[in-house]
Amino acid sequence: MVIGRILGISGPTVSTDLKGLRLYERVSVGQSMLTGEVVRLEHDRAVVQVYEDTRGLAVGEPIKGTGLPLSVRLGPGLLAGMFDGLQRPLKQLKEEMGPFITPGREMYGLDYQKRWVFSPMIKSGAETGPGEILGSVEEGSFRHFLFCGPDSRGRVSQIREGAFSLEEPLGEYEGGREILGCHEWPVRSQRPYRKKFPPSGPLVTGQRSIDFLFPIARGGTAIFPGGFGTGKTVLEQSIAKFADVDVVVYVGCGERGNEMAEMIEEFEDLKDPWTGRRLMERTILVVNTSNMPVAAREASIYTAVTMAEYYRDMGYHVLLLADSLSRWAEALREISSSLEEMPGEEGYPTYLASRLSGFLERAGVVETLGGRIGSLTMVLSVSPPGGDFTEPVTQACLRTTGAFLMLDTALAQSRHFPAINWGQSYSLYACELGGHYREKVSPEWEILQKRCREILQKEEALREVSEIVGAEGLQDIDRLLMLIAEKIRTGFLSQNAYSEDAFSPPRDTCGLISRIFQFYDRALEKIKQGISFEEASQTEDQV
Amino acid sequence: MRLSEHRYNTISTIAGPLLFVQKVFSARIGEVVTVTSPDGVMMDAEVLEIEGDTVMIEVFGETRGLDIGKTSVCFTDSVSKAPLSQELIGRIFNGSFRPVDSMPMFIPEKWTPITGSPMNPAARARPEEFIETGFSVIDGLNTLVKGQKLPVFSSAGLPSKELVAGVLKNSRLSGKGNTFIVVFAALGLSFHEYSYYMRVLEDMKTGFVAFINSADEPVMERLLAPRFALTVAEYLAFEKGMDVLVVITDMTNYCDALREISTARQELPGRRGYPGYMYSDLASLYERAGRVRGMKGSVTMLPVVTMPEDDITHPIPDLTGYITEGQIVLSGKLHRLNIFPPVDVLPSLSRLMQKGIGKGSTREDHRKISNNLYKYYARGRDMRRLEAIVGRDGMTEKDRKMLDFADSFEGEFVNQSAGRRTIAETLDTGVSLMKRFSLEIR
Repeated sequence: MVIGRILGISGPTVSTDLKGLRLYERVSVGQSMLTGEVVRLEHDRAVVQVYEDTRGLAVGEPIKGTGLPLSVRLGPGLLAGMFDGLQRPLKQLKEEMGPFITPGREMYGLDYQKRWVFSPMIKSGAETGPGEILGSVEEGSFRHFLFCGPDSRGRVSQIREGAFSLEEPLGEYEGGREILGCHEWPVRSQRPYRKKFPPSGPLVTGQRSIDFLFPIARGGTAIFPGGFGTGKTVLEQSIAKFADVDVVVYVGCGERGNEMAEMIEEFEDLKDPWTGRRLMERTILVVNTSNMPVAAREASIYTAVTMAEYYRDMGYHVLLLADSLSRWAEALREISSSLEEMPGEEGYPTYLASRLSGFLERAGVVETLGGRIGSLTMVLSVSPPGGDFTEPVTQACLRTTGAFLMLDTALAQSRHFPAINWGQSYSLYACELGGHYREKVSPEWEILQKRCREILQKEEALREVSEIVGAEGLQDIDRLLMLIAEKIRTGFLSQNAYSEDAFSPPRDTCGLISRIFQFYDRALEKIKQGISFEEASQTEDQV
Repeated sequence: MRLSEHRYNTISTIAGPLLFVQKVFSARIGEVVTVTSPDGVMMDAEVLEIEGDTVMIEVFGETRGLDIGKTSVCFTDSVSKAPLSQELIGRIFNGSFRPVDSMPMFIPEKWTPITGSPMNPAARARPEEFIETGFSVIDGLNTLVKGQKLPVFSSAGLPSKELVAGVLKNSRLSGKGNTFIVVFAALGLSFHEYSYYMRVLEDMKTGFVAFINSADEPVMERLLAPRFALTVAEYLAFEKGMDVLVVITDMTNYCDALREISTARQELPGRRGYPGYMYSDLASLYERAGRVRGMKGSVTMLPVVTMPEDDITHPIPDLTGYITEGQIVLSGKLHRLNIFPPVDVLPSLSRLMQKGIGKGSTREDHRKISNNLYKYYARGRDMRRLEAIVGRDGMTEKDRKMLDFADSFEGEFVNQSAGRRTIAETLDTGVSLMKRFSLEIR
């Protein structure tokens, strides 16, 4: 193997004289074998971005190429796992090196020793193509389908049954090639599928304000930007707990370590409300906290989305949650500036928007290569500096995402959670999903939704008037409207994430709002008959 | 490992704090370097960038008087490390870890790199043990727990140092038997403030370690002092099992130092001239707070941030707020009303409070009381806006009651010039206040 030398070091980027490297190839840097990726090639040198702390690295130390791009390993054993941005398992790292992560330690995301019980679903002699399902193993209480890697094709000459580890072949193709239970996939390339469909069908989150006003579709993308303290993380975690999907991949991208610790402990105890299984059994965590290396933070969302696509390819519904995309963009900016690239808006590289849309387009409903239907939905938080939504990351996201759930500092300060601003948020899926909810939940769904929006809109206008003339100065009908709007805000839209009410199935959501409107209609009737506002609202309260 | 000392006289350029040295053999990034001026003054420096055999180093002290030719540079082959020993306790150091209390340097037990290594998120324990600070507005509404990082957002002229001093004096930990230590890092402090803090520290019964960088000392030391402080804190917490409270004041001076150094390095400026990596840099300090599963000690952090122009969206408080687990915001308005501590309850927040309060740690009704107090006070504050428009006489009796509640809440619950309150006293004060206004506690 050819070994090169380090020529120069600047922050996380290292230049080398190693020849024969390819762009985005994974390399091992220095005596302590740090992981890096080739980001630029010139005629006599290559520039490598290092994923770990470069402190202590010296000029002249060796660099080796691996011939492969940065990849993740895909196979059974990912669920309930916790990985860093390079798919190193954090629990095993802890056992090996104690509570602090020191650089220069390669470790595989999969356990190659563990034995899985394989039950084949094809017979020997079958003709298989890429993505075709071969059989399944039990991953916890989850059925994990094993399928041919995207580049394998051929007639199966032999297939085994029973316990095997990931190092042993499951069988053979004609010609002697082994069939393996796991494969590698480069994180920056989208996994192939047969056909893509537009987002369809709701992804129920259990959050009334999302499901009812701004629904998210399976295969869709949603962002919620918000300043600090607006409850982004709590909302992301609530969705991770309650969403009706098969698999959740959660990326803690440049966020707080203590929050992740809290989440891990909670997910071990809690149960999935849809299946009753332990939440952790359907969850994969990718954690790159803010003090872990910046370059690995940039890679972490790709690592996560590749694992999510892998489960999608089995025909499952997968949800990818990332907290927060802004930290990813900042990592991109740091790397770009250490490469001395020309900066664009606010110092972000000019390719920020295209990278972002490339990432967001990996969501969708697809027909997999094996002919199943799977979906990948993305719900991402954005942390705009100073709570200013005109900044480049939010704006770049808006071009490709289907739902924009704006978190409002004023609402958060009045302890209205989730602090989703109903005036400025939108969901492009609302029309389509309204029809679905009308059929599946209640024929009134869309009517109620429309009325609810109207009331909130009118309240906005009335509130300005009432601030000048006082609540008593309003007409009775308007006072009633204000009262109803308050009921909607406090009793319906806000949900305490730390109580029983944290999860609200669509049927309950619909029941609650229709009760509020029944009350409204009755009181309105009375006021029209000449009964005063106080009386009309009082008597009803007792009912 | 090099066997001999590497000394060079090959400086090619000197620009501000930066030196370029040529023909250097095998330098390391982050390596500590000693620069000796023609007059024999020695200064620490660090390797910033290497390109072939040309090395860019940054000098921590004043580069005045250096020259090209006679100035020599010695490479040590080691990244910057902190000397550690339990004898640190009770000592005062400057921003370069030299004693300034006219006692000799101690003999270190070990040396550890000052940048630390990131804590494995899988090894972290959830912070949930209550710390009683003695201030109602913190204990009752924005509870601090062990392993949390909770900054104080202050403005020029507000008594942040009295608040911090109060916390230092009055803090009690739940759980007995553990040693409680304060590690104090002063960055760019005026002599006036410095002497105030030293008086407080010397009065403390529990031990302390102080790192002092005063306003006229090298800017580079402002970037080092908090790292020394946190390395010491991690050592005392995770190797000696102590509960450590790290107080850093003032993070605004830290960020300004970061900006100054970044400009000298000719890096691209970001928002308001602060470098684009400021978030990651601040996180590399703040994230060192925490607890480890299966270990006794903890690192809790209480940084002070002075908001420039009283603006919470300024990059320094903004990025801090995105990393820390809440914030205590001081208000000039309350201060002018002679309320101490002048904490504005509405924008203040403790994210880790939910797990630290309730049965078993504080009191079963803590959550209920705190939610209600917040709710009524928020409503009272809303009413003040209404009052400004329609006047007190134009309001209903119910609204007037909320108005009065807000005033009494500030005057009696938030304000406690009389001294420390236990958590039980805090909660009782809250309950009796709500009862007096016959407000329902739901």
